Amino acid sequence: MKGDTRRRVLPAAALAGILLLWWLAVALFRIPEYIIPSPLHVARTLFGDFGTIVRNLVPTAVESVLGFLLGNLLSIAVAALFVHQRTIEEAFFPLAIIVRSIPIVALAPILVLLFGNDMAPKVIIAALVCFFPTLVNMVRGLSDVNPQALELMKILSATKGEVFWKLRMYNSLPYLFAALKIAASASVIGAIVGEWIGATEGIGALIIHATYNFDTGLLYAAITAACVFSVLFTSLISFLERRLVKWAPGGV
Amino acid sequence: MTDVVSIGNVSVKFSSDRGETEALRDVSFDLPRGGFLSILGPSGCGKSTLLRVVADLVAPSSGSVSLFGRSPSEARRARDLGFVFQDAALLPWRTVRENVELPLEVGDGARLLEKASKPEDLLDLVGLSQWHRAYPHELSGGMRQRVSIARALVTGPKILLMDEPFGALDEITRDRLNDELLRIWKETGTTILFVTHSIPEALYLGERVLMLAAHPGRVREMVPTRLPSARELSLRESPDFVKQAGELRGILETCG
Repeated sequence: MKGDTRRRVLPAAALAGILLLWWLAVALFRIPEYIIPSPLHVARTLFGDFGTIVRNLVPTAVESVLGFLLGNLLSIAVAALFVHQRTIEEAFFPLAIIVRSIPIVALAPILVLLFGNDMAPKVIIAALVCFFPTLVNMVRGLSDVNPQALELMKILSATKGEVFWKLRMYNSLPYLFAALKIAASASVIGAIVGEWIGATEGIGALIIHATYNFDTGLLYAAITAACVFSVLFTSLISFLERRLVKWAPGGV
Repeated sequence: MTDVVSIGNVSVKFSSDRGETEALRDVSFDLPRGGFLSILGPSGCGKSTLLRVVADLVAPSSGSVSLFGRSPSEARRARDLGFVFQDAALLPWRTVRENVELPLEVGDGARLLEKASKPEDLLDLVGLSQWHRAYPHELSGGMRQRVSIARALVTGPKILLMDEPFGALDEITRDRLNDELLRIWKETGTTILFVTHSIPEALYLGERVLMLAAHPGRVREMVPTRLPSARELSLRESPDFVKQAGELRGILETCG
């Protein structure tokens, strides 16, 4: 097989193999359906309850995309501020690194208490899980500029704004996209966790509902829907990266 | 005296945690308009610092710098200076042509548009007109350095400062670029300060060679090159060239 075909066929074959093993294990060991459903049962639920699943996927998707936009735009703005106001960076960047290691999802109940039961706390949780990884990467991307390029800008009497828009911003793009790809899937996790704490609709709510009712088919179908959305979201970011970052990474 | 680059008793001291280091002590020399001066010395002799003083990147602790009657910061603002770094320092997200255009986009570069050279003419001058839409990562090291020379020349600078521009290149590329630089120098008539640690390169390119000694960086000797003005690579094998390179090596050994 040619390289391109290999790259497509092999993972597809691996996935088919895993599904087959799963199906065989459930059938051979007579695992009861309320513990693990067979993949066929999940597929039937996925198509049978398609309307329910989509109805619940929409709010989760909206929350993660809004949270993604909010968290990343905010962290890009803060990173730009840090790079231009070193004192603020020295004061707050170490704090940001510490806060980054706090499991944000553990703060979810606090946010639900603060912002109520509707979309707002889920968006905020999704935004928070995006914020810190992007901030750390963005600060690095904006500051790790080729020192000779900075000297060049000085010789050209460039203003601070020109150094930012023509040098730092472009320099940060590969770092930014590395963070955005992680943030895309993290924002979906954030939204789902937010829905676990308190929601009547959304994939998180559907997961809780299905678990309490031992409806494993629906549980697995809901998780599959969330996975598919998360993969599509990440692929969209990768696509944008390929369109926007055409140069080879690393300085020349 | 406004038709010379005049460096008078320039000293540069850097202070760090470990105390003060003297990078340059009492460096003086003159270079007439249109001249080509090679600056040669061992590492630690402050030759890059000297270039950075002229480029207004480092402020001298004492001494005077006059670039055709202007201070370094006036010359920088008037766009009298072009600088070529050791690594080409191209912006990887810009095509070759966009890199050459950068100096016209930043600062008050736009006002230079009328007197500026056309980027395509400069790419022609450095032999890269076919490559104007390529990105830097598609080019060899020598081609990147040619782009950075074109970028330095786009504003029509009165002084071209070159900091070991060919130091990272292989010898064949380096020889070829040496010849190209001489051709560009003759075509543009610009004044060039060229820092190198290669004796043959310093001798082949410069009309004079300023030799610096290290710790602290100071002038060891100003050596005029006694070579025919029409230079070609075979010159490097001539007895005159070999003899003078030997003399420079002798001086350089006392510089460390």
